[in-house]
Amino acid sequence: MTHLAATASTIHLPHVNYVSILPILIMMGGALLLLLLSSLLRRIISTGVCTAITVMTSAAAAVAAIVQWDQVLANGAQTTIAGAVAYDGFSVLIQLLVPLALGLTALVADGYLKREGVVGGEFQVLAMASASGAMVMGAANDLIVVFLGLEILSIALYVLAAFNHRRAESGEAALKYFVLGSVSSAIFLYGIALMYGATGSTNLAKMAEFLARRAVLSNGLLLAAMALLLVGFAFKVSAVPFHMWSPDVYQGSPSPVSGFMASVAKAGAFAALLRVFVSSLATQRLGWQPVIWVLAALSLLVGAIVALNQQDVKRMLAYSSINHAGFILLGVDAADARGISSALYYLVTYTIMVIGTFAVVTVIAGRQDRATGLLEFRGLARRQPVLALALAILLLGQAGAPFTTGFLAKFNVIEAVVLTHGYTLAVIAMVSAAVAAFFYLRVALTMFSPVGEFGDGPDDDVPLDPAALVGAATPGAASGVTTVPPRAWSAAMPGIDELADAPPSEVVEARGKVPVPPATWVVIGFCALFTVVFGIYPAPLVDFAQHATLLFI
Amino acid sequence: MLTVTWLVIALPLLGFVVLVATGRRLGEPWAGWLATAMVSASFLVAIGLYLDLLGIKAPVRSYSENLWTWLDVGGLNLHAGLYVDPLSMTMVLFVTGVSALIHLYSIGYMHGDKDFAKFFLYLNLFVASMLILVLGSNMVMTFIGWEGVGTCSYWLVSFWFERNTAAVAGKKAFLYNRLGDVGFMLAMFLTFENFHSLDYSTIFARVDSVSSLNITVICLLLVVAVMGKSAQIPLFPWLADAMEGPTPVSALIHAATMVTAGVYLLCRVHPLLHASPTASLVVAIMGAVTAFVGATIACAQQDIKKVLAYSTISQLGYMFLAIGCGAYTAAIFLMVAHAFFKALLFLGSGSVIHGLHGEQDLKRMGNLRQYMPITFITFAIGWLAIAAVPPLSGFWAKGDILDNAFAARPVLWGIGVFTAALTAYYMSRLTSLAFFGSDRWGQKHPVDPDPWAHHAEVGEQRAPVESPLVMTLPLWILAFFAATAGLLATSGNFSLSAWVDPVFGSSLFSNHLPAGDLWVLGLLDTVVALGGVALGIWLWVSRTDRPALEIPFLRNAWYVNEAYDTLLGRPSTRLAHFSAEEVDLKVIDGAVNSLAGLVRGAGRIVAKTQTGYLRNYALAMVGGVVLILAFMVTRMWWG
Repeated sequence: MTHLAATASTIHLPHVNYVSILPILIMMGGALLLLLLSSLLRRIISTGVCTAITVMTSAAAAVAAIVQWDQVLANGAQTTIAGAVAYDGFSVLIQLLVPLALGLTALVADGYLKREGVVGGEFQVLAMASASGAMVMGAANDLIVVFLGLEILSIALYVLAAFNHRRAESGEAALKYFVLGSVSSAIFLYGIALMYGATGSTNLAKMAEFLARRAVLSNGLLLAAMALLLVGFAFKVSAVPFHMWSPDVYQGSPSPVSGFMASVAKAGAFAALLRVFVSSLATQRLGWQPVIWVLAALSLLVGAIVALNQQDVKRMLAYSSINHAGFILLGVDAADARGISSALYYLVTYTIMVIGTFAVVTVIAGRQDRATGLLEFRGLARRQPVLALALAILLLGQAGAPFTTGFLAKFNVIEAVVLTHGYTLAVIAMVSAAVAAFFYLRVALTMFSPVGEFGDGPDDDVPLDPAALVGAATPGAASGVTTVPPRAWSAAMPGIDELADAPPSEVVEARGKVPVPPATWVVIGFCALFTVVFGIYPAPLVDFAQHATLLFI
Repeated sequence: MLTVTWLVIALPLLGFVVLVATGRRLGEPWAGWLATAMVSASFLVAIGLYLDLLGIKAPVRSYSENLWTWLDVGGLNLHAGLYVDPLSMTMVLFVTGVSALIHLYSIGYMHGDKDFAKFFLYLNLFVASMLILVLGSNMVMTFIGWEGVGTCSYWLVSFWFERNTAAVAGKKAFLYNRLGDVGFMLAMFLTFENFHSLDYSTIFARVDSVSSLNITVICLLLVVAVMGKSAQIPLFPWLADAMEGPTPVSALIHAATMVTAGVYLLCRVHPLLHASPTASLVVAIMGAVTAFVGATIACAQQDIKKVLAYSTISQLGYMFLAIGCGAYTAAIFLMVAHAFFKALLFLGSGSVIHGLHGEQDLKRMGNLRQYMPITFITFAIGWLAIAAVPPLSGFWAKGDILDNAFAARPVLWGIGVFTAALTAYYMSRLTSLAFFGSDRWGQKHPVDPDPWAHHAEVGEQRAPVESPLVMTLPLWILAFFAATAGLLATSGNFSLSAWVDPVFGSSLFSNHLPAGDLWVLGLLDTVVALGGVALGIWLWVSRTDRPALEIPFLRNAWYVNEAYDTLLGRPSTRLAHFSAEEVDLKVIDGAVNSLAGLVRGAGRIVAKTQTGYLRNYALAMVGGVVLILAFMVTRMWWG
């Protein structure tokens, strides 16, 4: 793009290979079409129709991506549209993954919107717009295009976070996300500017070329640029210490949106991060790798450890997603072909698992997303065994249990790091996986333990006893993220001694079966089956991730 | 057809899955019929495979297929692979065939049980596990099946877990099996260390490049595994206790799906055994001694199923004797024949127990031939078959083994012949007590009751009745095969040896006894068998009580249980108590709890930074930016 500016007097339109951006065009087109329809039609379009349009758009985009896949395999990777867009296996995988995630989210959101009585197509419009942003990030081969995708993705997400306007927490989450997101965008943009200063281009290929020719190791401008770009990405993938927003935002946002945020936003950001750093800035590895190392280690540890104390499942999942980000960062840290394919494999499996998990949370939470405390899951296995089983599978998958996709995902990233001699990081990752297994199993155990009997002795601080950690938190768990009481969440965490004789919660006993809309069943079933089937038979998925290589590596 | 080999495993597995999902709703009898249909379909597929395999005219008929790869890291390739050759085919045929009959029988036997569907769910998984074990093309697949049958046997033996004895017996079976499993795992590790592969074909191709000491160690570890699974000395006590399970389970464990796994495993790894004469000798001695000890114990048992259980231990001993002599085909022959007559005997005894409303004490039976004619006739065929009376199958199968032993290891042959006499004797004793003599089932405690046997509830002493058709039909079929399986010994294209011998190739011990010797040996076997039968009938038809022949030493199974209890059980219980009360509570829990407390405390401190205030979050972000920039500055100056 930049070289166009030099010859601005006559505008040369670059040749556009439309197939290379077809999925993005379809996605944006779907968003615009729905927007147009909902503003032109006199009657409000029913949620079902909006969902259908979204799902069909996602399907069309996914089909386009499959066409692309064949083309890339046949013709090889290339850049198009004046080098601003990369057209390789890596980008195609993102073009496929994001519509899949969007389609699943739309199906979950269908039930959610009907339950909350929200009408109109805005939710789906925003979701499609946001997804197209993530897809742009996956294909971007120019920092400006990365930024463009980032903003398309984020701005729609800010609104989605606020979507439940009847809940104060939802608005608060959106505001926090927006303010902090703006700061990070500004930092990221500043990083782009510095990078332009250091290399004379924002095009990734040209940057790489420039850096390869001149071995600039002590260029302050370049180092600062990398630092700022990293901060921007770290914020989007919610890596520690840029994670502070995510627990509040995940908890405050409507549950389907949290799932979308955890999957699509992360997929887009990681895709761009991998492309910018592992591919274009590969020569500057000594500069950025230590930072990734620290980000990964901190995310792994903080995500796992803080999740232990959470009483709210959505909040716990936020920390768990921080932990997952740490794992994916392992692949970035390895910074070779194996690292990339393992990170991609992780992204794919994690996306499916997290959407499925949030789908279950959506139905459990009930109206206004109120019931997200750990207690609400107590006895679920007795009330709705299939739902509990599905959630158990998804949680075990996230914990990395064998015979789920999560096992091989964790195995691969750790293997990639070990092969590049990152033993310390590998040990940290394994320890954090062990700690993380605890809080996933805690939810699973809670589901399978009967209602109404717990806290029967002073032994309650045995680590693996969910009863010790549940309880007494109910009042706090429902009273939202408000700016007025600081420490709202940590205050809700009672000391172990207080828990020893916590009474059985009557709230829980009163719960009956939660209704699960058919579309949500489809999503939950798909995600659980995906997790198990590809856990037992991983070959196709692994192959896919291995073929989705980057253009330059 | 061979390309659908996986169906053989998939069908029972499907039955299992369907029953898990809908078993309770299907209920009785549909759950039973579904399970039976699945195993029968599996049997039909197996027949198709057999016909296909016959069509292959290679020196070794075989078919292997890699279904998918599980893991491929650092030289370790884990495949879900299948391997079909005459050996595994034979196993598949009789495992599915006999299991299908046992399934059918169970529909009648388990009638009215509250966990009817659950029972069939376990049965299907049991059969599927056994088929995985048999068809696996590598040690890992075999091990998965190995563990699968172990787990299923645990569930099934303790199926009536409300009875304390059943729960204990289940645990016992599991523990003894675990001991053996340790051997299997160590053998696998050593194999991978030495052969760099766990695929059978690769292992066998590399036998020459591995030192014989290593091969011997691997073989001996596998023998430990086999001791557990096939109930050989010294790990045999669990099999007798496993009688606590419902009788069809006993039949399944003894005939088709569990104890034969050990025999199969050793036949499968025949190139290793062949390369290690020491291990072969150990196997032969283990087999002969077990055969003898098992038979002596069976002579003094009073519970009808216990007699049969020890008889299985003894018969398995014969099979290992054959393997130890290199006579693999003979071992397979007895395994097949034994599958028929032992399944028949167990199902027959189940019919007796069913007819007597739960009575298992031989001394409280008697004269049942009047009341249960079909059971009696079929049972009698099984009795004469296991006693090796010509021309029934047992005569040919056992004779084959004894001939080979005579040629290879004469001392062990002597033990084998003596054991054959004992076998004929104890089976005749059982039959005499149960089916001949006077009606004793109506009387109150005619002789001292066996404290270990199960007795019918008081007031349940109605006249015995013959069992329904679903139960007697399998008896007829099994009786037919128990009588005629000897035909497999004929020479010709369809004989067992023409079919299986090529698999073993040069590992097979070739005995060249002159025809005259064979006639003499056969005659001797016949005399021994008839003598044993005559002695058993003469001693036990009219009397039920001969203390001189039922000495406590044998009644208590050589006090092996007590020995284990004193030597291992009690010390380890004390150790366990010590570990639980001292080590676990104070040391381990202390460490774990303080570590958990530490982690949680750290979490709480970190969580405190999560204030909810936007400005604090922004501050943290800026802090992070500053730190990273500071790091970059160091890179600039010192990088």
